[in-house]
Amino acid sequence: MQQIAIVGYQQSDCVSWAGATNEVELIMPVLRRVFDQVGLANAQDVDFVCSGSCDYLQGAAFAFVAGVDALGAVPPIKESHVEMDAAWALYESMLKIRMGHAKSALIYGFGKSSPGELPIVLSQQLDPYYLAPQWVDTISLAAMQARLMLDQGLITERDMAEVVARSRGNALNNPHAQLSGDIAVDELLAQETYVSPLRKSDCPPVSDGASAVIICTVEQAIEWGVPYAIISGIDHRIESHNLAMRDLTDSVSTRQAAQGAGMADGSVDVAELYAPFSHQEIILTRALGLGENTQVNPSGGVLAGNLMMASGLSRIGELFNRITSGEARRGIAHATSGPCLQHNLVTVVESA
Amino acid sequence: MSQPEVLTQAFELGFTYTRSTGPVVGRFLTELRDRRIFGIKGSDGRVIVPPMEYDPVTAEELSEFVEVGQQGEIVSFAWVKEPRAAHPFDRPFAWAMIKLDGADVAMIHCVAAQSEGELATGARVQAVWADETRGFITDIRCFELAQEN
Repeated sequence: MQQIAIVGYQQSDCVSWAGATNEVELIMPVLRRVFDQVGLANAQDVDFVCSGSCDYLQGAAFAFVAGVDALGAVPPIKESHVEMDAAWALYESMLKIRMGHAKSALIYGFGKSSPGELPIVLSQQLDPYYLAPQWVDTISLAAMQARLMLDQGLITERDMAEVVARSRGNALNNPHAQLSGDIAVDELLAQETYVSPLRKSDCPPVSDGASAVIICTVEQAIEWGVPYAIISGIDHRIESHNLAMRDLTDSVSTRQAAQGAGMADGSVDVAELYAPFSHQEIILTRALGLGENTQVNPSGGVLAGNLMMASGLSRIGELFNRITSGEARRGIAHATSGPCLQHNLVTVVESA
Repeated sequence: MSQPEVLTQAFELGFTYTRSTGPVVGRFLTELRDRRIFGIKGSDGRVIVPPMEYDPVTAEELSEFVEVGQQGEIVSFAWVKEPRAAHPFDRPFAWAMIKLDGADVAMIHCVAAQSEGELATGARVQAVWADETRGFITDIRCFELAQEN
């Protein structure tokens, strides 16, 4: 099968409020940087472009089309979009390349979540008859999931705080992080609950920003003469939309995706996990069977900055950075979508 | 400098169509209007409330309705200290997964309580109906702690 390489990754800062900067203005500097990283002039130099975003964040139908303005798509380009995190746009781009319809692809994701009330906006992605009319917010759903785990003795609040402390600490090395710092576990535990049993620190910040990745065939990467890492596997699986029919203390679909992506075929030096809530990182590491030999979220993960519709793509990009810098030889990136880890994608990336 | 005239126009977002909720969701909502709660049997015989049209594992079309109780127990809950504008209460309340008597799968709804300490996993709750029921999930206004029989 055609081997596919990652050759570029750039992300904007995660900011709590981008002000008057619009989505196109959030995307454009990131695209310029990723083109420069690979030595390309513009979107005309790749065969395919695919983006990931959510029109609900902008509150307008077909809002994603405006994002194409950032490409300067004249003359016309081959372009597509997923109403999902851009990690799934990367999945679509891989299919495009494997089918022989393209040798290279630009993928970008963006989200400006600050103008709306994100947990309420996301409530409208739930079951349209049973849940959306109740406006059940996504933080409350995650809080119920956390309580299930606490009640069953699967985790403690200290375990959750340890995830937060490590994420914030790791984020000190991530110049694009929104929340970083040395914070003691006891200091976190001393904070009041927010949506109990969750504390605010267990929840991801609301962030504005964008990220972009360029992938291509290995032949193309060699021709461009840039450092690259190889995507050796990718798969995604989804669970029922009925939250109460799932085992919320486990992530069956993540495990299935990891099996499909061939995670177990080698060592996992690094895992970049899209765990929006602290307890979900524990669910994911257990579902994937990650042990002491795996460094989890060296970037700080999404507890340090959560770009809706781009954070999953950024996990793949962060993994690419670890591998091309020589810090890791092989690792996995995980992306999630939907409430309480409903839909999960796992990508395996290896050094060239 | 004089203020420019700002043109305004009222705009109401609406849908110019109606849609049927179908034989499963529609049956459930119609029963709610009549202050009854119905579930449906899944492929493995488990009673799912609210009913699903298809079994999530086997994809079998489901059709065997079962009436369930209006009391049940809390499987998990989230205590909301600061309700949001869209939320059903303007004072602290809980979202909960509630397994109704006769059901095997919990449903998600809100629970009215004075404080988080009043609630617990396993606590018994009962449905409180809206004054006027119209065939919406919100016909169940909320759940509250059950009076012991």
